[in-house]
Amino acid sequence: MTRALRRYPVLIALCIAALFMVVPFLIVAVNAVKSPAEYSRNGPLSLPDGLYLDGLKDFWERVDYSRKLVNSVLISGSVAALAVVLSVLNAYAIGIGRIKGRTWVLAFFVLANMLPQEALVYPVYYLSKQAGLYDTRLSVIIVFTVIQAAFGTYLLSSVLGQFPREIIEAAHIDGANKWQVLWRIVVPVSRPTLGVLMVFFFIWTWNEFLLPLVMLISNDNQTVSVALGVLQGQRLMDATMTNAAALLGVLPALVFFLVFQRTLTRGIAVGAVK
Amino acid sequence: MTVTVERDARVVGKGPGPRPPRRPSSSYALFLLPGALAFLAVIVVPFLMNTGVSFTEWQGVGSPEWSGLANYRELMDDSEFWESFRHSLFMVVAMAVIPTALGLVLAAALFDYVGKHFGSGLAAVLRACFYLPQVLPIAVAGIVWSWILAPDNGSLNALLKAVGLGSWQQDWLGDPDLALYSVMGVMVWVQLGFPLVVFMAGLQRVDPQLYEAAELDGAGWWRRFRHITLPQIRPETYVVLTWCSIAALKVFGAVYVLTKGGPGGATNVPSYFSFTTFFEKTQVGYGAAISTVLTVIILALSLVGLKLQTRAEDAEEGVRP
Repeated sequence: MTRALRRYPVLIALCIAALFMVVPFLIVAVNAVKSPAEYSRNGPLSLPDGLYLDGLKDFWERVDYSRKLVNSVLISGSVAALAVVLSVLNAYAIGIGRIKGRTWVLAFFVLANMLPQEALVYPVYYLSKQAGLYDTRLSVIIVFTVIQAAFGTYLLSSVLGQFPREIIEAAHIDGANKWQVLWRIVVPVSRPTLGVLMVFFFIWTWNEFLLPLVMLISNDNQTVSVALGVLQGQRLMDATMTNAAALLGVLPALVFFLVFQRTLTRGIAVGAVK
Repeated sequence: MTVTVERDARVVGKGPGPRPPRRPSSSYALFLLPGALAFLAVIVVPFLMNTGVSFTEWQGVGSPEWSGLANYRELMDDSEFWESFRHSLFMVVAMAVIPTALGLVLAAALFDYVGKHFGSGLAAVLRACFYLPQVLPIAVAGIVWSWILAPDNGSLNALLKAVGLGSWQQDWLGDPDLALYSVMGVMVWVQLGFPLVVFMAGLQRVDPQLYEAAELDGAGWWRRFRHITLPQIRPETYVVLTWCSIAALKVFGAVYVLTKGGPGGATNVPSYFSFTTFFEKTQVGYGAAISTVLTVIILALSLVGLKLQTRAEDAEEGVRP
């Protein structure tokens, strides 16, 4: 009986803790729809009198937010697709081909994955200038395709290492070559894992900050993260604008989260313990 | 290329006489080619360049001048450098130690109490709340919090005033004595979801009979947590600690958006320090030396983490054949 009674305080404590995690989002949402006058009169904690959307609209137009969204979607989407392809090719050679020295190859990818971007950022900046790719979205796509593929290779190699050999042997006997086995058997069978990887690559790339900050300086090429981060860094925004910026930054993340919730929480666990 | 090689091999194989031994690895290596080239161009070459530049004096234009270990010697005497790494340790506490400890307790409570007695749906909703900040771009999290922690009209100060604790109001991010702790608080909020989700998944793999046996023996929640939960999900704990520590050493976006390393360097971290040295002071050689030291520390930490994880996994397999 005492045990049953103890459940409720634990539940309530957990709910309060969860609420604390979500409260910042709520305050932002509430304040983004207040007019500046209302904000300065009532402060951040009051409920809004009505729906004031001009702040959001102004901000949207001022930073050309549609353009930033397009850039972010374009960069993250390309990276997600290309990095999965690159990971599959690498992992096919390591996990199924069991090439010689695969332990070392795999160790290389793990290390590449751990490498801090600070150790790459200046040469990447310098080389992309030399190659005429500086301040292009393509440069960011290339760099992140490789960076994300380091993790993808590591994860997929261990997944494909457990791929049922009989299926592959059977396909070979039926006359399929390695290329056909990869695209007609391995990829379709591993589709769930590839889907998880793609979602992760998309969101990780969306959230990236340092390299895009360095590589994308013109307004037309910036991603959502960089544009908002730079604006905040300049300390030029008033409270209403900051809230508009925060809300518009939160919304896409919230959409991804709701759409991919299951994939995300399950995928994390798969990724952490192979 | 692959196709022809493969076809020829099969023709030979089908013919009379002894089958040639299968050598699967030879042409599989071709699949690694695009990856190898891409990694060479984007990771290996830049990394070697960065390491090379760290032994030179270079402003980013003209040709670098060899200076041997001068940059590293200078680093040893640079108090800003030591400060930034000291702040990294604080970040490790905020992003690895506290989230792991809190995550363990929260995951066990969610799993034991909520999951078992109130349904897994509620547990999933609560887990989602904790995980939400992880999906947020760090730049956006920074905007949200710098506004909440703002000195005038910030929500936290307004809240303190509203509950009659007006004297507790602070310039959370502007006070040199407080800024680091404020950033730490934000990072705990950002990071907590990751350990929680990993631990909750790990708990599902623990044999429920262990708990039942312990319960029959009269072990309370805390003892079951210490003697069953903790040892059973030790591999996850090492993974989480390693990953979060590395993330803590790399932390950049949050510092850039929240404080820009300030006030007066109070929240400077190695990654931000190298960024400003590269791009604001354009002392590329010195910046490269900072990032090389950071890289060495991170790689060493990864190796230790990997070793601990494998050992824990092996030990576990020994227990459960």
